[in-house]
Amino acid sequence: MTLISSAEVADFAPARAPVRPRSRVWIGFAVAALVVFVGVPLLANDYWLNAILVPFLILSLAGLGLNLLMGYAGQASLGTGGFMSVGAYATYNLLLRLPQLPLPVSLLLGGVIAGLVGMAAGLLSLRIKGFYLVASTLATQFFLEWLFNQFGWFSNYSTSSSISAPRLAILGHDLSGPVGRYLLTLSAVTIVTAVAIRLVHSQTGRTWMAIRDMDTAASVIGIPVASGKLKAFFVSSLVIGIAGALWAFAYLGTVDARSFNLDRSFEVMFIIILGGMGSIVGNYLGAAFMVLLPILLDHVISGPLGGAIDAGQLENFQKALFGGLIIWFLIKEPNGLAALLSRCRQWLARRTAP
Amino acid sequence: MNFFVETLVGGLLAGVMYSLVAIGFVLVFKASGVFNFAQGSMVLCAALTFVTLREKNIDFWLAALITLAIMVAIAIAVERVVLRPLVNQPQITLFMATLGLSFVIEGLSQIAMGASVHELDLGIVDTPIKFGDIQVSQFDLVAAATAGVLVVALSIFFSKTRVGISLRAIADDPQAALSIGIRLQTLWQIVWGVAGFVSLVAGLLWGARQGVQFALTLVVLKALPVLIIGGFTSITGAIVGGLIVGAGDSLAEIYLGGLLGGSVSTWFAYALAVIFLLIRPAGLFGEAAIERI
Repeated sequence: MTLISSAEVADFAPARAPVRPRSRVWIGFAVAALVVFVGVPLLANDYWLNAILVPFLILSLAGLGLNLLMGYAGQASLGTGGFMSVGAYATYNLLLRLPQLPLPVSLLLGGVIAGLVGMAAGLLSLRIKGFYLVASTLATQFFLEWLFNQFGWFSNYSTSSSISAPRLAILGHDLSGPVGRYLLTLSAVTIVTAVAIRLVHSQTGRTWMAIRDMDTAASVIGIPVASGKLKAFFVSSLVIGIAGALWAFAYLGTVDARSFNLDRSFEVMFIIILGGMGSIVGNYLGAAFMVLLPILLDHVISGPLGGAIDAGQLENFQKALFGGLIIWFLIKEPNGLAALLSRCRQWLARRTAP
Repeated sequence: MNFFVETLVGGLLAGVMYSLVAIGFVLVFKASGVFNFAQGSMVLCAALTFVTLREKNIDFWLAALITLAIMVAIAIAVERVVLRPLVNQPQITLFMATLGLSFVIEGLSQIAMGASVHELDLGIVDTPIKFGDIQVSQFDLVAAATAGVLVVALSIFFSKTRVGISLRAIADDPQAALSIGIRLQTLWQIVWGVAGFVSLVAGLLWGARQGVQFALTLVVLKALPVLIIGGFTSITGAIVGGLIVGAGDSLAEIYLGGLLGGSVSTWFAYALAVIFLLIRPAGLFGEAAIERI
């Protein structure tokens, strides 16, 4: 009996792609972190922070949540708005009823509650597939919308339908200014993204992709399909719930069930389809597209034509143009902006290669 | 007891109106596998066009004919501009494209014809008819009869005509159908045209009942549970699903709404649909997918 030396075993290890030196990667990360955590708050004005960067980051996070479910585990859902509202109302009630908990813990717990609700809704996916599942997630969406409107307990019996959010603070530092809210959102998004990247490269992520590619085949080779699907619903709704809480507290400043309606679900789905399904970076690209495009259309249209047509017509025109652009984009780049980015990168690599 | 029967009958007849919208979905899904979210905006577009023509004192049948021509033109444009470049893409991409399409149709038809609420009078007298002790809305009866005629006509169209048989071939196996020389693209145009005709009928009936306004697009959300219950591929299913949803909805609003504080109808139909799905995952009349590995 011969013993195999470890050097021989190493030869059988899968060939690794040539990686850039570790130190350079870390320097890149450090520079990027310095720019977004220190540079942006110093340079950007309140309008950019409040109206563009914060909603962009939160929608990216919601996109990330849905992408884990749809792009990685292959379970399409239109309940995103509903899960966001669960996160928002759960965090609100935790802040209100358990004020001794620090804000990050309340945010995380709010996310966990949303995750549990998502998992309950995900039970349907064990039996129902495809478009039937999409249509039945609408049941969750409409039920949650109705629930938060109907029962005053969730909004602490506030007389108006929108309630103002409690003061945001971590360890005594006030975060209610634009910079504070930006940093809170950015930190949450950074942490969740890091966890999500680890997750999709783990055993769990591979299970999800096997289920997405063909769940019947996955179950035949012994992959735990049911628990994989439920896990995907839990993690996805957790992330979406945190995004909903941030949307209410860091962006709007109020908890309002109407801001989590079906249109929000469609918006997040557009983000991941335009950005790229099954891609982490795609969520950011898609969210940037969805946040910037309406602002751009607004400037382009109301600039030269401002005052010439009335506001209602302008809105219709914008809507038609937006729909047209979406169709055009789906035709031109059906794999999303992430595919475009990777093609650009390959092109650059070819150009710079000796 | 009379009250119960009246609610039930009213609900059943209202359900037929949902079926009308659901049939448009079924046609498109059967022939092209597209989950067409723009069906609601097609209903709005047809109703708006018709009512605008009628307000210009154009004869009823001429107005209907012009509207139909516009709906067919839209169908051809949709096939050329949207469906043809997106062929072989994942279904969810096509679904998103129809969502974009609904924005375009809604935006353009409101630019062209305004966003105000129009009255639409089809000349149907809406006085209740008495059957014994039970009152039934005459308008609802006419609507139900129209839907019935439409379903019979469509069934004959699908089972007897050459076009209908080709459509069934495509639904069965697109590759095989293409290889024996069936023109897929022409047939898609025809199907979307027929869906346009169905949305014209739905638009007229819904418009006469609710007024022609933007809220007409929301009937699509009422038609979805109908579709889930009946199955995406069955016209019979759309009718049966409509009856179940209509009856369930109005009974729930009366008997369950009181217990829970009202307005349960936004989600009740969906909850009902989910219960049906848990028992039959492809709807009552849908074809269960056979998976091969």
